[in-house]
Parts: sequence; structure tokens; C-alpha cells
Amino acid sequence: MSTVKTQVSPAQAQVTFIASSIGKKIFMATTGLFLFLFVSGHMVGNLQIFLGQDQLNTYAQALKDLPALIWPVRILMFIFFAVHIWRGIQLYFENKFSRPISYACNATVQAPLSSRTMIFSGAGILLYVVYHLLHFTFITTNPQYAGLHDTVGRHDVYSMVIFGYQNVAISVVYLVAMFSLCYHLSHAIPSFMQTIGLNNEKWEPRLKALGYLIAIVIFFGYSVIPAAVLSNLIVLPEGVH
Amino acid sequence: MNFKLHVWRQKNAAAKGRMEQYEARDINADMSFLEMLDVVNEDLVEKGIDPIHFDHDCREGICGACSLVINGLPHGGMTGTTCEVRMRLFKDGSTIYVEPFRAKAFPVIKDLTVDRTSIDRVMQAGGFVSTHTGAAIDANAILVPKDKAEEAMDAAACIGCGACVAACKNASGMLFVAAKVSQLALLPQGQAERERRVNKMVAMMDIEGFGNCTNYYECEAVCPKDISVKFIAKMNREYMRALVK
Amino acid sequence: MKLDSKVPSGPLEQKWQKHQFEMKLVNPANKRKYSAIVVGTGLAGASAAASLAELGYEVKAFCFQDSSRRAHSIGAQGGINAAKNYQNDGDSVYRLFYDTIKGGDFRSREANTYRLAEVSNNIIDQCAAQGVPFAREYGGTLANRSFGGAQVSRTFYARGQTGQQLLLGAYSALMRQVGLGKVTMYPRTEMQDVVLIDGHAKGIVVRNMVTGEISSHAADAVVLATGGYGRVFYLSTMGLGCNVTAAYRAYKKGALFANPCFTQIHPTCIPHTGDYQCKLTLMSESLRNDGRIWVPKTKDEQRAPGQIPENERDYYLERKYPSFGNLAPRDISSRSAKEACDEGRGVGPSRYGVYLDFSDAINRLGKDVIEERYGNLFEMYELINDENPYEVPMRIYPASHYTMGGLWVDYNLMSNIPGLHVIGEANFSDHGANRLGASALMQGLADGYFVLPYTIGDYFAREGAKNISTERPEFREAEEAVAMRIKKLLDVGGKQTPDSFHKRLGLIMWEKAGMARNEKDLKEALQEIPALREEFWNDVNVLGSADEMNMNVERAARVADFLEFAEIFCLDALDREESCGAHFREEHQTDEGEAVRNDKKYAYVAAWEHKGVGQKPELHKEDLQFESVQLATRSYK
Repeated sequence: MSTVKTQVSPAQAQVTFIASSIGKKIFMATTGLFLFLFVSGHMVGNLQIFLGQDQLNTYAQALKDLPALIWPVRILMFIFFAVHIWRGIQLYFENKFSRPISYACNATVQAPLSSRTMIFSGAGILLYVVYHLLHFTFITTNPQYAGLHDTVGRHDVYSMVIFGYQNVAISVVYLVAMFSLCYHLSHAIPSFMQTIGLNNEKWEPRLKALGYLIAIVIFFGYSVIPAAVLSNLIVLPEGVH
Repeated sequence: MNFKLHVWRQKNAAAKGRMEQYEARDINADMSFLEMLDVVNEDLVEKGIDPIHFDHDCREGICGACSLVINGLPHGGMTGTTCEVRMRLFKDGSTIYVEPFRAKAFPVIKDLTVDRTSIDRVMQAGGFVSTHTGAAIDANAILVPKDKAEEAMDAAACIGCGACVAACKNASGMLFVAAKVSQLALLPQGQAERERRVNKMVAMMDIEGFGNCTNYYECEAVCPKDISVKFIAKMNREYMRALVK
Repeated sequence: MKLDSKVPSGPLEQKWQKHQFEMKLVNPANKRKYSAIVVGTGLAGASAAASLAELGYEVKAFCFQDSSRRAHSIGAQGGINAAKNYQNDGDSVYRLFYDTIKGGDFRSREANTYRLAEVSNNIIDQCAAQGVPFAREYGGTLANRSFGGAQVSRTFYARGQTGQQLLLGAYSALMRQVGLGKVTMYPRTEMQDVVLIDGHAKGIVVRNMVTGEISSHAADAVVLATGGYGRVFYLSTMGLGCNVTAAYRAYKKGALFANPCFTQIHPTCIPHTGDYQCKLTLMSESLRNDGRIWVPKTKDEQRAPGQIPENERDYYLERKYPSFGNLAPRDISSRSAKEACDEGRGVGPSRYGVYLDFSDAINRLGKDVIEERYGNLFEMYELINDENPYEVPMRIYPASHYTMGGLWVDYNLMSNIPGLHVIGEANFSDHGANRLGASALMQGLADGYFVLPYTIGDYFAREGAKNISTERPEFREAEEAVAMRIKKLLDVGGKQTPDSFHKRLGLIMWEKAGMARNEKDLKEALQEIPALREEFWNDVNVLGSADEMNMNVERAARVADFLEFAEIFCLDALDREESCGAHFREEHQTDEGEAVRNDKKYAYVAAWEHKGVGQKPELHKEDLQFESVQLATRSYK
């Protein structure tokens, strides 16, 4: 104790970018950015439901007809998602172990709850994504959706969505998941800016507000669909039931 | 004033510690928190009980030695350091929790005393300008714009107390390291070793077992010298800059 | 014993240059064969340890704090002087030298003081190169301010943190050398004794404050940079860990203690409010630029300050010193405050305080201007006292602040024990009987960066590398003596805490050997101190054991040394039958209360040699030769 000694001499200290704490954070931030872009794009795609059955099904078919685009994107998203989750879990446990004995009395001054629950809101999102894929992409949970076709013979995504959200339980799960997502984003957005170094005293409150604003926009952008279904603003096309 | 204290007692680094209860009686409202502990200690010694050990020295908020977590917040979460906290800020008759700074990088030595030499080792890795005595040119030959000098001073004001680490939910040392990296990155004197410095200091910080920053900003909230988290953003920038340079 | 100051011959301006050339050098390839121990890592110690390691010597550095960065050098707020003349206001090395020697009331060694002024410029260059964030002008050049009543603007500063920033500069240089493996750092380690081999200081015995382990370290030279002994007054502006132990143990091993009675009292501290207090907080002297100091004219005044009419107030400094008024020098201002309080006219709960009133300044300049100038100080005051100084006058009182006395050293900063070097506040050399504001930082760094690295090389080159082993009997004996002493403390098994003895000692010192001294008081103190010491050794209560972290042992051991040291302090004050600088003997004053110096009889350094505890130490005199300056009498009327 009296002598300052570690296994690593300070002059020799070396950590690779990827393994460093800042590197890990930058991985979180950049993978998060792509996931956020996907979430935004997906929302814009979904909102086409308000333009009618034909528009949404055309969009869905167009994506399907572009395997050269859709598959690389899917694979990349999967990788980003996996890295984001893996790094997130790693950070969570490393940070837990950085304080082996916790305080008997805990207090917080300004860290919002959203920032302290990223691992949980993230876990919520992950669970929902799995369900969502089984529900609408692989149609495992509701195989009857596979038989839905519109008048020109395309897979009737429009009707599938409406069937999906007419189920109140599914809609509630969806809303909870969207809340998790947006709660996650409200910290993720200003945090992203900080991590890539774009923050200062002047921008700190602005970025915080921006985080909330974007989170709210995304929440409404997604939630408006089940809301519209449940309130009969969008209804099944004639002949489908 | 009277208080009920819950204080962490631990005989030495290897021993298991626990919270113990003490009474602080007839406390003057003008006392500092440490003077209150002095009174409690004199009382303990008279009873033949080992007094509560804690680090302290200047007692005026500048040396950075004092290091208590009071009611869950380093330095009580108030203006300045623990030695500047006055008892009038507490409610008479209340219960106060007193714990050591807790982090893997700050092991407890005894009671409330922790080993913060990890901070020194991070400094040893790169928290300096490599200039040997006698090599300096005339001070006015290095011009430093006033705003840069002021900003560097904002960062340099860090007293190395470690409250940022103790406050961080992840026990991260980023604010402390960022303050030094930023101070020297802002000044012309620090340019020659700019990339090397940030690489080395971050590496040593990680090796010492500090946690990762997840942007809670609790560090900034308890910093007795009001160091801004903008310096963490700056260090992140410096680190990326060093990668591509 | 003949005290040889080893001041080189020749004109004052050329002495240091000449000496540098005449000193022997150690071949660069041989430097690693020499080792040095540096005790204390504040400004002087950290700068010395780093500079010695840069030269190639093997260095071991020790401090009792948990890190070198916590040394009490950080307490200095105001700034650091240098004769750069950046302001074109007529400053020069000679002027800084003259101001320093005059400020010290002609009781310092001329050649040392001149060298201090000479290297002051290099210090600023060095610190700027390290990245110390000095205040700057818009053009990017360094800013200066006038400080402590100096007629030129020569003080460099970094907000109110100059000491902290300069120490961080030296600390970073030290950390760099630790990282490179050239310095081994021992924090939380307290020096217990110096070990002499064949009359030369070749090592130390230390106690590990975490484990209680006592161990020895050997080297070719020992450097003490252990600061001042102001805590002999118990209440002071110093850090609570500051102590006399290292210097005093060296004294007991034969090093001479010079001018111990030269202690500076700072006039603007926050008064103490109760017995629980162990530390007084210093507020910048700059407050006196706009504040007016007063006490009520009548004794035991009970009214609130606002209700005391103008004609019942005594603005005593303005009355007694019309031309300097509230800006009268530190010692005059401090003494006047104590006089007023001793007359029963003090204010505040303890009645030991005087008002520092800003109401006139606020009326004249507006609250905004005052806030801009002193906002942070006012905040600090309010935090501590719960009174708003914009509305209620501040209360201030003097407190022990700096000690000019210290171990005797020659021009090479080596004590009379060969190999034992003493730097910074721990030595006596540069400030004489009083120190100017912003000069403490200057001296610490001058010694550490620019003097010791040269002079220690001369000692090494003359003596050769000895490669001494700590297995030698001298080390064993010293270790045993240290262990015995700690055991003795633990075995007393009395009732009173070490701190209670320290408090009582402080009170004796403050009352009888503080700001104003007289023969009767000093003689009483010399009766009371040994009695208190005896009571200490019979009734001190030191809990716990020696082989653990134990604050009781640490404190008791330091208090025990203060209890012995206080005696030479008082003896020195008694011997110096004159008033000079911060040393004011009531018998030696003019009718108007001005200090009367006696250059015929007392133009010497009083260096005391230990003759045993309780025995009168032997006084050795180093006569001060002034070749370049005329001894003048200061006047602040």
C-alpha cells in the first residue's frame, strides 16, 4: 500500500480502442444511431397505412421485390442490434462490478430515471422485437395472416395490421413497448451527442429537450396506428373479415 | 442540535465492515461536518472506542482530501467539499448516513478512509507536459488567448477529490480524467503530446477499474469545483481524434 | 560551532552564477548511482523530487498525505511574485530582492534573497511550460496584479487557486517521473527520524500510516521539504496535518533550528466561534482594499453593529496609521486587532473579532462592483458564519499563517548536518523576520526547481556514491527508538486526548508568544510548557495499537514534538531583545507603538542546537552581512 505499484506501469498502459471504455461507448452510440434510423424509417413506412390499403401493400410488395436491398439491411440491422445488446449488457455488468459494495443510502441529484434504466427499457424493446417479428414478419404466432391477399393477389399487410391491433391485448403490449422504446430514446439521443463529443454547456439543455421531443414524436408516430384501429378510424377493406 | 449517525466502520482493508450507530449531541449549527465528527470522535476516545477515521487536511475546501458520502451524496451534494458543509443545513434531530467513497478503484483502508492512489496512477500515465526543469522558454513566448486560458482554468480547477467517481452510478472516473485531458488539450503547451496523453490516460483509467461513463451527469452535480460534463464530451472528441490521427 | 554560510565571494549580482560554475558536477553516466530521499511533496518537495529524477538521480519521495497533490501549498490563493517586469512599471531583480529583504526587516541572508529574486523569472517560465493556467490578457500574454502593498504589479496568478495550480504543475512533473520509474513515491508515510552515518545524513526511518510498519530507507542525501510549524499555535490557517515533526527530529539529531520565533500572523481570517474549532479559514487580504476595520469605542458593547452610531466606532487603523489606514502591513494590522480585543472591545460571540465593514464601499461603488470583486469570498463567509456580509459587517481576526523560521541552512540549502538539505518553508533562509505576500510559492519552487538540483550535485560529487545498506546498526537503532517512542505513547494510558493538549499548548503560545511578546509572558510560557509536557506524558490517552492505521498515534506523536519545540520557540523570542518584522517585543517600541529594531546587537540568525529535552539549547549566531543594501527603518505612518 505504501508504494504506488500496479501490475501495469502507467507509462506502459495500453488499451485498444474497441476495448476501451470510450470505444465501447462509441460502439453503443453508433450502433444505436443506425437502430434509431431504422426505427424512424420503419415508422414512416408504417404510417402509409393512413394512405389506404393499396399504398401500404404496394410499399410492402416493393420491399419484398428488392431482396438485394432488404437482405443486407436486415443482416446489418441484426448485427447492429446484436452488438448494441452485447455491449449494453457488458457495460451494465462492468459498471455493476465497478462498485463492489453499494451504498446503504442512495441518492440521485440529476440523472433522470430513463438514464438509469436503459438496460431494462432495452430489454423491453428486445422482447417486443422478438414478438413483433414472430407476429408480423414470420407470422408464427398468427399463421392465419399468411392467407390474407388483396384483390391483386399481394400479401395483404394492411388487413394483417388491422387484425393484429383489433386485439386489445396486443395493442396494449405494443403501447408499452413503444413507451419503452421512447423512454430509451429520450436518454439515448442526448447521450449519443455527448458520447461522440458534440455537447457543451449551451447545448446540454437543448439536446435534452431534443431527446424528449424526438422520443415523443416517435411514440405518437407508432402509437397512432393501434389507436386508429381501435377507434375504428381505419377499418378492414370490404370483403375481408 | 442533535443527530443520529449511521457510520461505516471497517477495521482495515481486509476486514468486513458494517454500519454503526452513534449519537452526535449538542452540535453547534456553525460547525462544519468534519468538526461535528471531531466532536463525536473526542467523545468516542473518552469512552475508549476507536475514533472514526476519515481523510481531511486543509478544512477549507481546496486540498481534496475529505471524501465522505453523506446521505447518499459525496460531500453531501452541497456547495463545496465535506469540510465546507455546515451543520445548520441539516434538520435538527435527523438521521445522517456517513459512508466512504465507494468504487473498486477506491478500496477502503479504514472506516471512511479510502485509497485514491488510482488517481495518481492515471496522472502518471499522461497527465503532464513532458518538459524538464530548465527547458522552458520565456513564459510570454507562448501566447494563450484569454478565453482558452479561462476554459483551461475551468478544467484545471479539479482538486482530485474523487467525488465524481463516488457519485457516478458506474463509479466512472471520466470527469476527473476529462478535466486534465481538456486542460492540456486547450493549451498550446499540451499539443505535442495531445493524442498520446488521451490514449494513455484513458487506458490507465480502464486498467484501474473505474466504470464506464453512461452520461448520468451525477458527477457534475456533486463536483465541488463545478467541473462541467462538457469536458467529458471534449475528451470523447479528443479520443476519436487520436484514433484517426 | 562555527556557522559557515558558504556565501560565495564577489558582487551580489554574480554570486550565484559564479557559484554555479564553481560547484562540482556529477557525470551524467554516474548520476543513476546517486540516490536522494525527499521528505514532503508540496511545492518545494515535488519540484525537487521531479527535477532530481530528471537529472538522473534515483529518488524516493515521502508524504503523509494520500497524494502529493494534497500538500498544503494548495492553500496559497493570492499569487506568485516574479521580477519579469512584464508591466513595464520599473520592476527588476534588484527591486524584488530589495522589497523582499526590506519586508523581512533585514533579518535574512542577502545572497540567498538575491538568488531567490534572480530565479523568480525562471519559475514563471517553467510553470507556464507545464501548462499551469495562469491568468492572461486578451493578447495572450500573462496578466499581473499588485499584491500585498507592492508598488509594482509583479504577481502572477491563476484565479484564487495559484498555490493549487502551481502544485499541480510540480505534482504532474513528479507523477511523470514516478511513471517512468525514476521516483518511488511513498504516500501515507510519515518520517520519524533522520539517520546519520559517520556524521552525514544517509537515510530516514518512516512509519507506514496504513499498516503501522516502521522501516528504513537509505540514500546519499536527505532533503526535508516538510513545511512550516504554524500549528504550534493549534489554531492556524494551515492544514491539520501540518506539523514540525520531521524538522524537529532532525533538530534532535543535531541540525540547528534557526529563528523559530519568526512567525507570520495573517490579519484577515474568519474568527473562531467555539472550542470545537481546529482550523481558521483565511480570507484574501485583498478585502482590506475596500473594507474598513473598526471596533466599538466602549467595552463589552452589546448592540448589533448597525445600531452603533458612527461617532461610537473606532476605526483604529485609520486613526493610528492615517496614510496606510486599513492597508497597514500584516503584522501591524494583526497586532492592533488583538490590542482592541484585549481591551475588551472585540466583537462577535467569542469577543475575539473586529468588524470589516463594506457599507461605505457599497454606498460608494454599488453592490455590483463589490460583488464582482469579492463575490466568492462573501459567499464563503456567509456559508461559514450564516451572516450576509453585504448587510452585516464581516468579523475578522488574525491567525497564524506562515513560519519564516526553520532549520538552518547554508547557501547550498544544506543544514549543518552534511547531506541533510532543507528546502521551502521548512528552512529559514529567504524571508528574514517577515514574508511578503505571494513570496512563499516563489521560494518553495525556487529551492526545488532551481537551487537544490545544482547544490545537491556538488555534495554528491564531493562525497561520492556510498550505496549504504539499511542493515547497518544506525538504522536498527533508530527504528528501535521510533518503535519505543510510539510504544511509550500507547502505554501512558491516561485520560486526556492528544488534541486537548495541543489546544492548551496553542493557547499558551497564542497568548504569550503570539503577535506581541514580552519578557514576563515568555518566561511564564517557558514554565508552563514543560509542565504541560509532563502532564502529557502522564495523562495522555492514546487508543489503539501501533500496527494499524491509528490517528491517535499520529496526532499524539506530533503533539509530543510540538510540546518540545514550543520551548525553543519561546527561548528564541526571549533572546531576541528587539522588535523586527513579525516579531514584536513590547519592550522595544516607540512611544507611538512602532517596532524598534536593534541592528547593532541582533543582526544575526539565531540558530539553536539541541542539548537534550528540557535542557537549554545552545545558541549559535550567524552574523548577517549586508554588502549591498542600507539598513532602513520602515514606517507606515
